[in-house]
Amino acid sequence: MAAPELVIRNARCLGRAVDLLVSDGKVLELTDHAPDRDYGAARTVDAGGAILLPALIDAHTHLREPGFEYKEDIASGLAAAAHGGFGRIMCMANTRPVNDHAPITQAMLGAARKTWPQGPFLHPIGALTKDLKGQELAPMAELAEVGCVAFSNDGLPVADTERFRRAVEYAASVGRPVIDHCEDPHMAPAAGVNEGAISSRLGLRGQPDVAEAVQVARDILLAEYLAIPIHLAHISCIRSLEFIRAAKARGVAVTAETCPHYLLLTEEAVDGYRTEAKVNPPLRTQADLQAMRAAIADGTIDMLATDHAPHAAHEKDVEFDLAPCGISGLDTALPLTWDLVREGVLDEAAFRRLWHERPAEVFGLPANYFRPGDPADFILFDPEARWTLTTETMRSKGKNTPFLGREMRGRCTLLSMAGNVVLG
Amino acid sequence: MEWPHKDLLDVGQLSREEAEHVFRTGRYFQEINARPVKKVPTLKGRTVVLFFAEPSTRTKTSFDMAAKRLSADTFSLAKSGSSLTKGESLKDTAWTLQAMSLDALVIRHQASGAAQYLAERLECSVINAGDGWHAHPTQALLDAFTLYQEWGSVQGKTILILGDIAHSRVARSNVQLLTMLGAKVRLCGPRTLMPSAVGGWPVEVGYNLDEAVRGVDAVMCLRLQLERQTSCLFPDGREYARSYCLGMRHLERANAGAKILHPGPINRGLEISSDVADCPDSLILDQVASGVAVRMALLFLYVTRKEVE
Repeated sequence: MAAPELVIRNARCLGRAVDLLVSDGKVLELTDHAPDRDYGAARTVDAGGAILLPALIDAHTHLREPGFEYKEDIASGLAAAAHGGFGRIMCMANTRPVNDHAPITQAMLGAARKTWPQGPFLHPIGALTKDLKGQELAPMAELAEVGCVAFSNDGLPVADTERFRRAVEYAASVGRPVIDHCEDPHMAPAAGVNEGAISSRLGLRGQPDVAEAVQVARDILLAEYLAIPIHLAHISCIRSLEFIRAAKARGVAVTAETCPHYLLLTEEAVDGYRTEAKVNPPLRTQADLQAMRAAIADGTIDMLATDHAPHAAHEKDVEFDLAPCGISGLDTALPLTWDLVREGVLDEAAFRRLWHERPAEVFGLPANYFRPGDPADFILFDPEARWTLTTETMRSKGKNTPFLGREMRGRCTLLSMAGNVVLG
Repeated sequence: MEWPHKDLLDVGQLSREEAEHVFRTGRYFQEINARPVKKVPTLKGRTVVLFFAEPSTRTKTSFDMAAKRLSADTFSLAKSGSSLTKGESLKDTAWTLQAMSLDALVIRHQASGAAQYLAERLECSVINAGDGWHAHPTQALLDAFTLYQEWGSVQGKTILILGDIAHSRVARSNVQLLTMLGAKVRLCGPRTLMPSAVGGWPVEVGYNLDEAVRGVDAVMCLRLQLERQTSCLFPDGREYARSYCLGMRHLERANAGAKILHPGPINRGLEISSDVADCPDSLILDQVASGVAVRMALLFLYVTRKEVE
């Protein structure tokens, strides 16, 4: 066996102490930790008992370049990704101009290569329809050719079922999945608060959970009828889960994601008109939160995604109705969701499945199961590191998070992409 | 009584004792309003800014009159005459006002939470004169004050609030205040105009006016907020009036001498028939008179709170 280029010593992986050997950008071997063994590696890192995880994949990020670089640009978004433990992020098309033609995709990829050449890697998502208007199909074949890994009108869902059907069929013909933002846009679009006790008390127009669930049901029926998989974005409520669970039980090829905030916060977080907790879909009830936790554990929800939506401070510092929806999530997703492992909601294998394996499978990205030959895309995670989330500790330009000021447990200390140590 | 509050954002901030203290203070000012000379020097040298970002005639006039009768200097700012129409944010407007060293800001705004937003950022007292669908605490206080003038208390009385509950800050504040003061509150209107979570409110809810009006001691009609309606909430005014316009025939089912209230402005024949609006048991004009006295009481309590402390 050739000498490895990189060895990570004394890491923990699914409960055992391991050494990871990397050669030629790939996993050479994952072996039991041998304190006295000399691997002859060019570089050795002592993990000190940190947890070895595949580099996280975020299938749902909003980078704001081009058009809104004051909120986030590709360089700052990738910086937040790297420090947050993400090796690959998929960015949505709602930039300005919209990512609905090849030069935009190419410019995005160029900016990523220029600023973070060794990763984290950017995987653009193309628009499903031109300018996200829900009318004409975007040139998906051309977009796929230059690097778009999926198509979505996230933020502006296609309400017209006939047009959505054709978009799904066409995307399938170019071999890329469709990600649907599940919301009937006629039912209080982007209200930012759940329709219920809090919205009634605060006098805000709420968005009911059925606005999400009716579109989930529609997408399931279409996926079944067309026999084409559809990926359901940022699922937030019990009603949607019931449809997804039943669909999966009868073999419908739908997949689904949820976000850390739906697992950790309820509609109470917007009480007092707190715009930092204004998201779309809105935060739901305690019962929804518990159901979402159960659904990530039992596989009804395939993956976690941040829905990282950075905004400038002055945009959130306004009346609730005027504030944009979104939480800046790349910096915090790893420690926040590791808390669920600590609480016993997830085990480490499920965590890996949710943040790496399923997104890689669904979107055709390289996956690392730590088998020989797998890409050496991994992180070291110190679960006991304590730090406070402040505007200074966040790498994203978007400081819009309801978790600001919270003490976090756990931090990514090393990120390797294809054996290149990008961070640490 | 030492007044502990800096701002009046919604009636839920007040205890029953505090609300009744407002009424006692209001009665004192109502006596002043009955004098030939209706002005006292209580707030001389103080500045009250009336910031009405949404159209208003009676609330704004009522506050203006209340402040002037207390000898405060008032300054009006309407959205159309302010920099908000030039794209200035509410925050920047707030800082500008702050720099002018005012003592109280009375705000009406189309956004729910706007009053709270300003209260958290300004040192002066902020009095909510209506924010979006959220709250209209001074209207609720003057409504309850009007009923106290009639009955001495609302304890055990049944009060029906009729109309567009979902979009009504008046209804929200009245439900809170009247139930806190011991009244039983009923709501009636079409299902499309009820808040989604009304089942959790401490009220009875009905959709049939003939049934809802049975045995009530007062009916509080709400203005049908035609400007707030989107589509599909009710077919048209005629259809609405058929079911929910309060007429004399309905009052036959109410308790004898049942009182009629309406925050105004009235859409006659739509929410309330003319004969009901003008009947001897109508307190609609009493509400207007009470409004000045209650707002004088509130301005006095909030602006002088530091001296009391």
